[in-house]
Amino acid sequence: MPSAEKIGGLLDVAGAAGESVVARFEIRYRRFLDPKGNPVSPLPDFAADRAELVALYRAMVLARAFDAKAVALQRTGRLGTFPSALGQEAVAVGIAGAMRKEDVFLPSFREHGAQLWRGVSLVELFLFWGGDERGSDFAEAREDFPICVPVGTHAPHAVGVALAFKLRREKRVAVCAFGDGATSKGDVAESLNMAGVWRLPLVFVINNNHWAISVPVAQQTAAATLAQKAIAAGFEGEQVDGNDVIAVREAVGRAVVKARAGGGPTLIEALTYRLSDHTTADDARRYRSDTEVSPHWAEDPITRLRNHLVGRGIWAKTDEEGLLAEVAAAVDKAAETYLQTPPQGLETIFDFTYETLPKDLADQRRAALGAVPQ
Amino acid sequence: MTEVNLVQAVNLALARAMAEDSGVLVLGEDVAAEGGVFRATDGLLQRFGPERVLDTPLAEGAIAGLSVGLAAQGFRPVAEIQFTGFIYPTIDQLVNHASRLRTRTRGRLSCPMVVRSPAGGGIRAIEHHSESPEAMFAHIPGLRVVIPSSPERAYGLLLAAIRDPDPVVFLEPTRLYRAAREEVEDDGAALPLDRCFVLREGTDITLVTWGAMTKETLAAAEALAAEGVSAEVVDVATLKSLDADSLLESVAKTGRCVIVHEAPLTGGFGAEIAARIAERGLVSLLAPIERVAGWDTVMPLPRLEQYYLPSEARILDAARRVLAYQ
Repeated sequence: MPSAEKIGGLLDVAGAAGESVVARFEIRYRRFLDPKGNPVSPLPDFAADRAELVALYRAMVLARAFDAKAVALQRTGRLGTFPSALGQEAVAVGIAGAMRKEDVFLPSFREHGAQLWRGVSLVELFLFWGGDERGSDFAEAREDFPICVPVGTHAPHAVGVALAFKLRREKRVAVCAFGDGATSKGDVAESLNMAGVWRLPLVFVINNNHWAISVPVAQQTAAATLAQKAIAAGFEGEQVDGNDVIAVREAVGRAVVKARAGGGPTLIEALTYRLSDHTTADDARRYRSDTEVSPHWAEDPITRLRNHLVGRGIWAKTDEEGLLAEVAAAVDKAAETYLQTPPQGLETIFDFTYETLPKDLADQRRAALGAVPQ
Repeated sequence: MTEVNLVQAVNLALARAMAEDSGVLVLGEDVAAEGGVFRATDGLLQRFGPERVLDTPLAEGAIAGLSVGLAAQGFRPVAEIQFTGFIYPTIDQLVNHASRLRTRTRGRLSCPMVVRSPAGGGIRAIEHHSESPEAMFAHIPGLRVVIPSSPERAYGLLLAAIRDPDPVVFLEPTRLYRAAREEVEDDGAALPLDRCFVLREGTDITLVTWGAMTKETLAAAEALAAEGVSAEVVDVATLKSLDADSLLESVAKTGRCVIVHEAPLTGGFGAEIAARIAERGLVSLLAPIERVAGWDTVMPLPRLEQYYLPSEARILDAARRVLAYQ
């Protein structure tokens, strides 16, 4: 009979007769800046680079400006239903800031901050949420996946992408983001498991904003953390303060370096908070009170990094004013371009269904275009 | 030329496709060392190695989903789902992703993947191993749905499916896996994915079918011949996209039509074919179309499955009614 030592490398033996401890785990939580922007521990190396911190800041401000414009367009009937990422910008931007261009990002639907960083344009994002497929035909980031609306169903795609990298021996990483609700789905459980078995170059990031529409995390899982779901799949899981962009950037950065070096997958749970309604079609007051929400405004990731930058003398009022004017102009211009973009022709409904249109469908295309079907 | 059965023909086509294109991967449950529970992937691991033939963890939804990721990255995954009873978790991936990745990205990403699965009853298998879900897949825009009915067609159609730039569901009639052998030339020649196959020419009645039911339908045609009736038997083979023109041509010639399939009647693919003929071939019809199908019941366990599967006798009954109609 194997001893406890042989089984788990652990010397201590639990109390009950015949029992020994064969596995243990711990989940670490990391934060560099407190909500006021003060460092709570030495900052990672990249944070010494002013330009990098400013880039992260600018990206978060741009994401929020896009977000506000999208909500405004929806409210005035010029955009479809839109899921705001208000207050969660650090998660998306921290992810993208840690990735290389040649990596592949597989987003959920609240990571436009990451998409913008990776080269998806404001116009494309407006087009997508405005109901135009061209919004997913990215001119840049050609291999990135489009926004995934069915919750968590893109997680196995990330497994396939990462497996492709591994089989081709490419030093590339797939990064897949999804929300806390997605961790209840089989797609995510199956994908974590496969990523572990095949030790894939894959980083999963849970954007834990604490609400899956109206259902709080406590009703999604009895687990103390979502990060620990990685432990069952045989790899590391960790938590970060998802409103501290330095913490997100650092954790994803370590994970992609590990993945690129053949060290396998990582699961990062970024703890943030959904300040907005689920989407513009939702009214969150039906299931949560203002007193539940309002303390979270003090955690705002943009204010936090701005305070830090100002404190370090990297950012001044004039920089802020200049940036706000610049992003407002860019967002307004993109919105105008989107609004001026005529819809695609009806033939495009058919033309991308298959590479070559089957005859059967060609008949329907002709009928749709008004010609009499043969 | 080699004489092979249908499952060996599948194996030949897989090996041929893998030899000619290093992007072709075979993956699924027990496909590597085991060679597949029906041996469809037998020997592929030894020939192509563990990076081309991958045993996956047991998760059908993720098998389909990871195939989407591989395909978007330029591989051509051929995923095996062990039985159609286990294929339903793949439907989410096929409907929401594989079949629409091309259109939703305006062609930026695409999904050249195949999901293969043994399908249909009649092998006295345990529960959940005998269903015929082809109509569910045929309802999904952007997919192709292919069902071979002989070793030769299995070889040529599977090669075509793997080379096709879009996702294909390839349902292999389990009952035919080892039912017959025929000579199949392993020459890499594919068959078209948009054509019916006329298995027997005739002038008095058209019997339309696919998959394992070609066997009973051909037997019925033979019995009708003994009665002096010339029956044409058409194997649809590619349910999606449907070669409606060939079916209409046959019905224009015979004026009478019986459609035979194993799947339940209601919403079965026979309904689609009957509708197409009614829409475009009504004037050539001399009698109402009849369908001979599985009942609208749960597929029974093996002791009763012979009462579920359309029999030669049921096909003959329907054909005689249609022939007698004035």
